[in-house]
Amino acid sequence: MKIKWFLTMVMVCGLVAACNPEPAALNVMVHDSFAISTDVVAEFESANNIKVNFILSGDAGSMLNKAVLTRNAPIADVLYGVDNTFLSRALSEDIFEAYDSAFLDQIPDQFELDPNHQALPVDYGDVCINYDKRFFAENGLSIPASLEDLTKSEYKELLVVENPATSSPGLAFLLATIAEYGPEGYQAYWQQLKDNGLVIVNDWNTAYYTNFSGSSGKGQQPMVVSYGTSPAAEVIFSDPRVEEAPTASLVGKNMCFRQIEFVGILKGSKNKPSAEKFVDFMLSKRFQEDIPLNMFVFPVNETAQLPIEFTEFIQIPDQPAVIPADQISTNREQWMEAWRALMLN
Amino acid sequence: MSLALSQSNSLIAKPINWQIIARATGFTFFQAGLSTILTILLGLPAAFLFGRFNFPGKNYMRIASTLPFILPTVVVAAGFNALIGPTGWLNLFLMGVVNSTKPLINIQNTLAAILLAHVFYNTSIVIRIVGSSLAQLDRKLEDVAQTLGASPWKTFVKVTLPLILPSILSAVLLVFLFNFTSFGVILLMGGPGFTTLEVEIYIQTMQYLNLPLAGILSLIQLSFTMFATVLLLKTGDRGMGIPVMPRLKQEGLKIPAKNWEKTFTFTILLLLLVLLISPILSLVFRSFTVTAPASKSEAGERIIFTLNHFKELFINRQQSLFYVPPIKAVWNSLRFAGASAFVSLILGMMLAYGLRFAKRLSSFNLLMMLPLGTSAVTLGLSFFTAFAGIARSQIWAGLLIPLAHVLISLPFVLRVVQPALQSIPANLKFAAQSLGAKPFEVWRFVELPIIWRALMTAAVYAFTISLGEFGATSFLSRPDMPTMPIAIFRYLNLPGSSNYGQAMAMAVIILFVCMLSMAFLDRLQFNPNSGTS
Repeated sequence: MKIKWFLTMVMVCGLVAACNPEPAALNVMVHDSFAISTDVVAEFESANNIKVNFILSGDAGSMLNKAVLTRNAPIADVLYGVDNTFLSRALSEDIFEAYDSAFLDQIPDQFELDPNHQALPVDYGDVCINYDKRFFAENGLSIPASLEDLTKSEYKELLVVENPATSSPGLAFLLATIAEYGPEGYQAYWQQLKDNGLVIVNDWNTAYYTNFSGSSGKGQQPMVVSYGTSPAAEVIFSDPRVEEAPTASLVGKNMCFRQIEFVGILKGSKNKPSAEKFVDFMLSKRFQEDIPLNMFVFPVNETAQLPIEFTEFIQIPDQPAVIPADQISTNREQWMEAWRALMLN
Repeated sequence: MSLALSQSNSLIAKPINWQIIARATGFTFFQAGLSTILTILLGLPAAFLFGRFNFPGKNYMRIASTLPFILPTVVVAAGFNALIGPTGWLNLFLMGVVNSTKPLINIQNTLAAILLAHVFYNTSIVIRIVGSSLAQLDRKLEDVAQTLGASPWKTFVKVTLPLILPSILSAVLLVFLFNFTSFGVILLMGGPGFTTLEVEIYIQTMQYLNLPLAGILSLIQLSFTMFATVLLLKTGDRGMGIPVMPRLKQEGLKIPAKNWEKTFTFTILLLLLVLLISPILSLVFRSFTVTAPASKSEAGERIIFTLNHFKELFINRQQSLFYVPPIKAVWNSLRFAGASAFVSLILGMMLAYGLRFAKRLSSFNLLMMLPLGTSAVTLGLSFFTAFAGIARSQIWAGLLIPLAHVLISLPFVLRVVQPALQSIPANLKFAAQSLGAKPFEVWRFVELPIIWRALMTAAVYAFTISLGEFGATSFLSRPDMPTMPIAIFRYLNLPGSSNYGQAMAMAVIILFVCMLSMAFLDRLQFNPNSGTS
């Protein structure tokens, strides 16, 4: 009898999985790091009588590729999460409709990288080197003030970075060094880093949780390429609770690369009015104020208030590294390949 | 649905970098070959142990050695780190012993890490497949050989080995293909210095959208999968036609008595404990602990036991829309795994029968192996483009994940069930028929009991593959149907000791659920007639 019972159970499981009807809706493609509060989305849904379906689509790069591959029959109406390192690919593949949202007035011009408003800025965040405060204090080390400082012998074997070909913060840090040393000089700088015992891993998870000494993985490197907001997350998600961030960011000139994330209405959307309402909503104060503690990035809307953790535990770079999006798009593959050839052989 | 490839900028031909291709291909073969040899070296003696001996805790050991199979690589990497990382327990212990301040074991970003992880993942495949065929073997044949004066070694080489050869080849093929297309292990454990075909396909597709190059790499991967499958099937065919009879529970199993038997048992168990089980234990330990500074004044850390990570899993602190309640994730994972195990068993059995009757269908055999030897990125992207249209419909989307899992586990089921089915002596069937049994009765009372053990082995794997699968699921995943591996990734995406702890706690829950399911399936495996009552 056991078999019959088992088989029946399994079949019931299959059927339950099959029957879950829901009404038609607005589809929004997002990357895997997207997060937002339940009640914020519910507010939008009830106010506009729209059901929002979020389609998690991998990291920003895979998501964009999926959108490009399905452009003739788009699977979503809105795509959120293309950043400035991928912006030019999105624009040259022409997947977005232009939309002049009224909320653009509340967003500083420095974030509006696309003058045609096919891609509208939503949030930004800095990729910075985090350091383990305790290690630096215990060893009486001074805090590196520039990228150049990282090549000094006192920081030998103390920095772990991610491979730009497999990790988005890795790419951002490579771009920061290119902003500082130029396309001609960055390779010489990386050679110096290599000679100074730089550790390279493939992904942020390994770098942060396995190699970095300031995280709960208790690794060996007290400096890691991570995000400017990571110190705040270390406080908010601490167990046991800590009152003060165990880590901080190095924010010297060109040490951080600023990632800006964009939203756009996909060409071929059959639901354009709803899509426009949703884009407006994403840029409005309500949504923007919900962004920081969910995604650990900064809202672009000037009227949005920041949570206390963001003002208390986060260092903001005065001069983040900037490279125009079209230059990144033209050269990214070449820069990455040159980096791989130099660093991984 | 049509793709927009013709209009896309991404298909503008770029010069093909043959150096990248050659290097990736070479290293892929090298690491897969070496990993497979090591896995077989540990797996075969272990299979012999499980197939021939009884020892205390055997059932637990069997289940524990299968657990690695379901764990996502990120979690395995964390487990190894907690054990042999720079501040892992084993390293701290060794540093204390020899009074050193430098960690003695450092395998991060080395070939050794890749090999270790592959052995960790795949040894259970050999244990289960070869072990179950050893247990199923007609022991009279060996007794006859020994009566005729053959030494135990000669009996093993001339009688036992040829009899279990098809299952060994099946295991070798599966292990090799898993290593050949391994992605997470190479990426996370091997680090950036090692590039396999799979990793290169990922980089070319996701980073450069260089589909022509990714296509060439996928083709190389696929043609080799076909080649290896054909080769092993041909070799396996020569060893076919060996009678496998239904065996009673515990028949032919003995307790290690002689000195060499005791030493053998002890050595193998110790190896399994160190290589397969200790990383898992360190993971479990990690999920129940936090580290805190020893005191304000002095350096160092102390470890505190806590249930917080598990408690926190049940609280949605940020009121996030994508919060995954553990019960829901467990339930989703279980029903996907149940549905996909059921479908792959039925399909696998039908295929195995079809292949027995129609030899000309053997190209099908080949076709079925392809998903296993195909890059997860390619497979995921194909799923995505093929099903993007119906993924919008809520009803079908729920079925896509189990279907994707079926495609991945079907080769497994086929490789396990087919040898068992082919080994049934035809005269058994004729005897039953001449005694008046109808075709269904022949199947139900003669053939099913014989292949039951193989079927249940296949079920264990179909179930666990689905439970731990992340690659294809991530391409099809939907926020309202999170599975357990996806829940782990959401926690590990953010910094903070609590997130890390919760990811470990979620992994421990997966392990626990998987352990219960396997215990259940193992019970079925050894009670072939429990359905007749």
